[in-house]
Amino acid sequence: MRRKDVLFKLFYSTFYLSTFTFGGGYVIVTLMKQKFVDELHWIEEDEMLDLVAIAQSAPGPIAINGAISVGYKIAGIPGAGIAVLGCALPPLIILSIISFFYQMFIENLLIQLLLSGMQAGVGALIASVVIDMVIGMDKSLLSYAILIGAFIANYFFDINVAYIILFCILLGIILSKRRKKT
Amino acid sequence: MIYLQLILSFLQVGLFSFGGGYASIALIEEQVVSTHHWLSLQEFNDLVTISQMTPGPVALNSATFVGTKIAGLSGAITATLACILPSCIIVGLISYFYFKYKNLSIIQTILKALRPAVIALIACAGLLIISSSFFPDGSTFKLTSLINFCLALFLLRKYKWNPILVMVISGLCEVGFYYIL
Repeated sequence: MRRKDVLFKLFYSTFYLSTFTFGGGYVIVTLMKQKFVDELHWIEEDEMLDLVAIAQSAPGPIAINGAISVGYKIAGIPGAGIAVLGCALPPLIILSIISFFYQMFIENLLIQLLLSGMQAGVGALIASVVIDMVIGMDKSLLSYAILIGAFIANYFFDINVAYIILFCILLGIILSKRRKKT
Repeated sequence: MIYLQLILSFLQVGLFSFGGGYASIALIEEQVVSTHHWLSLQEFNDLVTISQMTPGPVALNSATFVGTKIAGLSGAITATLACILPSCIIVGLISYFYFKYKNLSIIQTILKALRPAVIALIACAGLLIISSSFFPDGSTFKLTSLINFCLALFLLRKYKWNPILVMVISGLCEVGFYYIL
């Protein structure tokens, strides 16, 4: 594919995903995985998980961070710029229109029903992607232990994502030091 | 002057909101309601509701909403850019180092430890969405959500339908259930 076409497709993809992504950063990251890993094959599955980790551990909205790291991977700095633009324009456009009649929007029954149905669909989407990722995961005891440990820490004990990521980084450093000794 | 204040405020929102979404709401409230009185508390609560109902991160939605209110479209653009700037610099740098050094064995080991945790965190976010969809007010079970969820999961896994199409179908089903039942 020519470079111009790649940039255009990148812009179009992030713009489209950002327009239809309700319910926060993890949803758009999930959709980006479907688009760029499963459909376009621009990014490897493992690499995508690393990019999600970067998006998560840095400050700022996860959707924007994800667009930057994915865009950078695909087409360098211009790619990152294009992806951010595609990701930031939809909320800018939609919110500036809605801010004029937001009361009406909030109270509209049809919109409420649509959104509540879509929420169930989003839940199913994330569940489906998580199933795929667990299937594709490195099948070692350590990986499963980290998976379960991180889940319990975040879901039941509400431990901040940044600490969980920091802990895993430390664990990785310790493991690689030990491996060198043996 | 108002532009400078907008820039400074939303730079802080972009720079200090870790963990996305709900974590950033408190930070935005402090800037927008307590410090600068750009929005009343009621308006801010409406804004959070709108953010949940519309696409896009809460931080960017707030930037546009507040910017529009106090300085029109140019205010919205200014606040959005200020909010994104820290991400561009920080994530840009991390990505640069990631792609440069990811083949080092120490980085490989770290990433190997990190990947399962990322899957777990995505699963947590998914479960929160699912539980708030099944129990919208915290206790009563909503059957139509369960039906929607199963249908969507079926279409996604069995027929590999486009996820956005499946989400739109889920929304339309909910409207259908309301008028039929």
